[in-house]
Amino acid sequence: MTDILTGSPLPKTPTRRPFWRDNPSVVWFLSLLALFTLIVTLLSEGMGQGLISTSLVKILGMTLCLCLIAVAMDVVWGYTGILSLGHYAFFGLGGYAIGMWLMYARTEIVIRDALAADAIPPTEAELAEAVAAQIFGVVGSSELPVIWTFAGSLPFQLAMVVLVPGLLALVFGWLAFRSRVTGVYLSILTQAMTLALSLYLFQNDTGLRGNNGLSGLQNIPGFLHVPQSVISVWFFWGSALVLGLGYVLFAWVVSGKFGSVIRAIRDNEARVRFLGYNVEAYKLFVFTLTAVVSGIAGALYYPQAGIINPAEVAPIASIYLAVWVAIGGRGRLYGAVIGAALVSLLSSWLTGGGAPSIDLGFYTIVWTDWWLVVLGLGFVAVTLFFPKGIGGIFDHLGRKQP
Amino acid sequence: MRTLLEVSGVSVTFDGFRAINNLSIDIAEPELRAVIGPNGAGKTTFMDIVTGKTKPDSGKVLWGEMSTDLLRLSESAIAKVGIGRKFQKPTVFEDQSVRDNLALALRNKRGPFAVLFWKPGMADVTRIHELADEIGLSDRLDHRAGDLSHGQKQWLEIGMLLAQDPRLLLVDEPAAGMTPSEREHTTDLLKRAARTRAVMVIEHDMEFIRRLECRVTVLHEGSVLAEGSLDHVTKNQQVIDVYLGR
Ligand SMILES: Nc1ncnc2c1ncn2[C@@H]1O[C@H](COP(=O)(O)OP(=O)(O)OP(=O)(O)O)[C@@H](O)[C@H]1O
Ligand SMILES: [Mg+2]
Repeated sequence: MTDILTGSPLPKTPTRRPFWRDNPSVVWFLSLLALFTLIVTLLSEGMGQGLISTSLVKILGMTLCLCLIAVAMDVVWGYTGILSLGHYAFFGLGGYAIGMWLMYARTEIVIRDALAADAIPPTEAELAEAVAAQIFGVVGSSELPVIWTFAGSLPFQLAMVVLVPGLLALVFGWLAFRSRVTGVYLSILTQAMTLALSLYLFQNDTGLRGNNGLSGLQNIPGFLHVPQSVISVWFFWGSALVLGLGYVLFAWVVSGKFGSVIRAIRDNEARVRFLGYNVEAYKLFVFTLTAVVSGIAGALYYPQAGIINPAEVAPIASIYLAVWVAIGGRGRLYGAVIGAALVSLLSSWLTGGGAPSIDLGFYTIVWTDWWLVVLGLGFVAVTLFFPKGIGGIFDHLGRKQP
Repeated sequence: MRTLLEVSGVSVTFDGFRAINNLSIDIAEPELRAVIGPNGAGKTTFMDIVTGKTKPDSGKVLWGEMSTDLLRLSESAIAKVGIGRKFQKPTVFEDQSVRDNLALALRNKRGPFAVLFWKPGMADVTRIHELADEIGLSDRLDHRAGDLSHGQKQWLEIGMLLAQDPRLLLVDEPAAGMTPSEREHTTDLLKRAARTRAVMVIEHDMEFIRRLECRVTVLHEGSVLAEGSLDHVTKNQQVIDVYLGR
């Protein structure tokens, strides 16, 4: 089309194409996720054929949660260029927040049932005392710490799943970004944050049961009679749903002008400032949003794992997260999913004793010992030879979609 | 014509080296001004100070009707009051399309939430096409900016500068890497922009400066050596000495 008078091309009308048409990878991802969910359900012990054991369903469900935090990590690192080595802390905090309710509410039910047999029914105060003694006996205390005040309330603890990681990220990010801490210094600072958090959690007197962590999280209060084979499928569904929603949310965030701004920040943040954008505000927004999603992912993960302890938020966990995203391919959300799924499943297979040792005659390769070496080499190989990661393979496929 | 930017008594020292030495420059709105001077005279550093990239050790930088103290504002706040800059080394976002580069610069709300929900309106699209036409990149809108030639990147950055619709344009060596006809186009463009705005151009190319037909400020060792018409300053003995390295 050209302008009749000047011969210059007429501007096209604003592109109002629907979101999914511009992002075919989202449609692909959601379809595959739905298909995967259907297959797992039909083959599960709890709802179908029984070809997939309950523990495998749990592992798959947990993997979906790891994929979600990896997607969040990709948005922070791959798109915005902030190499956060602390996002697993937010994941852990989400797990602790929901774990408190799971543990408290279940203990309360168990004790109520036990005491119901007594001639004199217990008062509420006695009940609370008994619950506290039961939960905190392991750390030599029988008092309910202040932070457990509302642990019996599911809505409250669900709010904490979002608020605690969100507020921590907001305060930490505000301090760090405002001081213009960038690059490797920021990475070190985020590592210090996770380290501080895990050291704090390790202490017995901080009210989260020290190195015992929270356990029995697979038992869902109100559904204690439902077999784990069924609960595992419910959580699998929940994880798939939240992964799907999170994926769409982040795909939307990175697709429009916002995505353009954060990629510009990644490539040259000083230049973005001279265009009048408040770079710190964008970083803080992304850092906090991804922290919140990480918290939600953690809240779905730990009920499937059954236990959470301070070792989970050790600094190394956040480094693994970065490795997954690097292997999967930074700057493409499906890359993060591929990296997280592949590496974490391989890891649980190799370190869980599932993989046979290889006898070389003079030396036997025991995978539990060698897994980290393999991972390290894989990381180096991808960084050197496939900087776009595994996800890079799909780039051209995605582009060809009209 | 009234003063838009007033820089007075500014000094900057880098590791003991005085790059800017008690420098004072004003520019009015509208006005076109050329800044010349030998390499290392402090021309780019002057723009760094005005845009908030470098904080001076002393001096004042005042802006606009309210005499806003620019030294207290962040880089993004300075850009928002209406100062746009084209860098000496073209810096566009190479991984993004020409269209996206221009859209980033368009004068729209800059906050994260506003940007998150932003959709290009008819006015934005028209403006992008106008700009692309102006900078000769109409058929390149959907190309990666990184694939452009050096000269085209210069153009794109000029386009981004215009897209911001600033009151003061700071243009650092726009002609580098351009063909003679492109240079002519650039002078036209800058002269047109200067009808309603303040435009400050750093250039080494004297032919380019001559075509701008404007007041010239000569910088040397971080301060103003001479100011006036091009003919006037080129007759100045001190200026001649500096340029001949005496
Ligand atoms: N960040 C910095 N740290 C140390 N020295 C600097 C810095 N920026 C500039 N300088 C020095 O200050 C002096 C002025 O530099 P500036 O870039 O402003 O010169 P210029 O007039 O733009 O020169 P050119 O025409 O070569 O672009 C130079 O000697 C330069 O080496
Ligand atoms: Mg310079």
